[in-house]
Amino acid sequence: MSTVLLTDKLPYCPGCTHHHVTRQTAKALEKLGVSPLDVVLVTDIGCHGIADAVFATHTVHGLHGRSTAIAAGIAMALPAGKKVVVFIGDGGATIGLQHILEAARMNVPLTVVVHNNFLYGMTGGQPSGLTPPEFKTMVAPEGTHLPHHNLCELVHEAGAAFAARVVGLGDFSSTLADAFAQDGFALVEVLEMCTSYTPKFNPDFKLRQVAEAAGYAVGSWTNPPRPPFRLQFRGGKPSLLSQLKLVARQENVGLMRRLAIVLAGSAGEGVQYAAESLARAAVSGGLHATKKGSYPVTVGVGFSAAEILLSPHPIRYHGITEPDFLVITSEDGLHWAKPKLATMRSGRVFVDASLPQLESPVPVERRDFRTPFGAKNAALLALATVAQEEAFLPEALVATFDPRAKVATPKS
Amino acid sequence: MTNGRWTLVDGSRLITESLAQAGADAFVGYPITPASWIYQYASRRFPVALAAPDEITTLQWMSGLAAAGHLPVTSTSFPGLALMVESINMAYMMELPMVIVLVQRLGPATGTATAGAQGDVQLVASLISGGYPLPVFCISDFADCWRLPPRALQTAVDARTPVILLTSKEMVMTQRDFDLATLPPVPPVERRFYDKAEAYQPYATSPDVPVPPFLPVGQGHQVRLTASTHDCRGLIQHTSPEAMANTRRLQTKVETLTPALFELDEQENAETLVVAYDVTAEAARDAVAALRQQGLSVSLFVPKTLWPIPSQYHAIFERYRHLVFAEENLQGQWARLLFGHRLPPKVRTVTSVGAMISPQAIAQEVPI
Ligand code: SF4
Repeated sequence: MSTVLLTDKLPYCPGCTHHHVTRQTAKALEKLGVSPLDVVLVTDIGCHGIADAVFATHTVHGLHGRSTAIAAGIAMALPAGKKVVVFIGDGGATIGLQHILEAARMNVPLTVVVHNNFLYGMTGGQPSGLTPPEFKTMVAPEGTHLPHHNLCELVHEAGAAFAARVVGLGDFSSTLADAFAQDGFALVEVLEMCTSYTPKFNPDFKLRQVAEAAGYAVGSWTNPPRPPFRLQFRGGKPSLLSQLKLVARQENVGLMRRLAIVLAGSAGEGVQYAAESLARAAVSGGLHATKKGSYPVTVGVGFSAAEILLSPHPIRYHGITEPDFLVITSEDGLHWAKPKLATMRSGRVFVDASLPQLESPVPVERRDFRTPFGAKNAALLALATVAQEEAFLPEALVATFDPRAKVATPKS
Repeated sequence: MTNGRWTLVDGSRLITESLAQAGADAFVGYPITPASWIYQYASRRFPVALAAPDEITTLQWMSGLAAAGHLPVTSTSFPGLALMVESINMAYMMELPMVIVLVQRLGPATGTATAGAQGDVQLVASLISGGYPLPVFCISDFADCWRLPPRALQTAVDARTPVILLTSKEMVMTQRDFDLATLPPVPPVERRFYDKAEAYQPYATSPDVPVPPFLPVGQGHQVRLTASTHDCRGLIQHTSPEAMANTRRLQTKVETLTPALFELDEQENAETLVVAYDVTAEAARDAVAALRQQGLSVSLFVPKTLWPIPSQYHAIFERYRHLVFAEENLQGQWARLLFGHRLPPKVRTVTSVGAMISPQAIAQEVPI
């Protein structure tokens, strides 16, 4: 009596090789002396997927092609000694190829048993990525004339600890046992025959011959041992809040109304840092502030812009329809800010002196932001200049981020 | 000097820290703007953080981790969520706890990654095939960034279900001045596992609790989990009465165990109720404050539980002559979930795509 199987009666069509794979799997686990409750069988969609009910192991029945991925999640979290076995078909292996390669690459400790009968049995016989070129199916009655994937070679290349291909005839339980014994990723591809659909379209089908003609080599392939991918849960990491720089907050310095500042410059020129510095200075002066950045997906090149909102009252809505100050420090920034500039009805614009003359509905001030402390400090200098000239922050707070102040007060 | 511990902080950081303190122990990430900051923070903070190769794998790994007894979290945006849908259905059917932080951005498709939106509300309300509800909580301000994640996680555990924590770009990628001293301690999630000697039935419930006790795979009792229609033992069935009763239970379970979380700021004699969630709630708060300053009586409702609709919501709406829904999507998605495609005359919507809704836009729709 099997300890792994609950019954002798298996749910497959008469003669289907799935019978054999199920029994050989049980035999291999018994050979290794593994308790069924130390085994998690993860099945997929396909006829083999109805095997759950006959197994005394834990069973997880997931989505088509995704069994290797959910099994990987389980296997990486379980302690050593547990065995995770995946049952998947050639169709599932095709749709979930990436999951298989990824688990092999990571060396997740599990074994994938591929039931490769060259077709989708459950849905009436369609070709998969593992179907031999001349093999005929319902939707490809002349064959696909396409080469099939070589799954064993693919996972071996990806780093599988163990890969093997067997013809699903005779006793191959020792190959399965070799796979299950690995503490790492293993895959066993069993070449099979679907008795319901294969003879219908391939009347003279002989499994060994077809396998050979298709170049499906039988054998096993190993990689040098490497550690299995098993998770280490490390609690007690420092709080993300403990890493925040605190701001010593004074009473309100006297800003009377909400101010919106938009800063537009180039990537790599300290735009975000400058905006954050201004916001920080304002908060230390008892104001409230929001800051958000805007930049293209290529963060290292092109424009970099920031919106800063300052207010004597707590800020809830932080949208800016029209800035009070639009500050432009580079050509990239100008290009980005142009549409905004065109719609401004109030507020002031500050641009770097090197930029071309602007058509603007509102007054434009030209200042030299880029040369005094270099392009890298242009954004800081620009915000410090505007804050000082417009006097919305006291000198002492502006000095906290003004590059001119750093020069004026040498380090003691 | 004022009291407090003031700093500049973004919503992503608060959400991530709060989830970690609540007991979420594994983060599975796949990068996507505007959800990547959460992934980045989580990789420094969570006991385990994994880099998945795609969003289907993300949800599958999370399901595997949940099956093994962990509490996984991910963050994504619509394009990623779209790939996760089948797997979320799987986790829902298997009854696996997890939290998906959905950071909305402008669609359709890849749309604009760095523009905010509230365009996925109807999608998440209908994510489960067959109309079964998934708990959806929505963050309305920085205080919620801290308070809601533990509620989402506790609901995931209590109801054995994936939970969506909804937010958007403008909430998680904006820095604000914030007093850390105002953050209350995070309640660690309470979780119990099946501990009886009798054989475990993964989907058997007691008459008064619609949720089966949880037991991870790999322990002393056989555990069967399945995405297909199944009986109490986790064995696949076609449409047997037992299996269908088990599937129907999923609706009852979520409806019973999703807490009704909302903010209701009512004024006497007010005839108009302004309704808004996510970042638009902040604009609505400003709009209502401004209208009140002008001497107008107006009430405010900010739902934090967006789905399933708690039974008390309609009773609140019935008290008002006018309802003004402000939503950053094409047609007022949540209003339509509540009232159907043909909105009754008492419902007005303020909508926007590609730009935040301003307090002025909301105030304009409030009848004087
Ligand atoms: S349909 Fe084919 S693969 Fe499926 S059980 Fe029958 S013989 Fe086996």
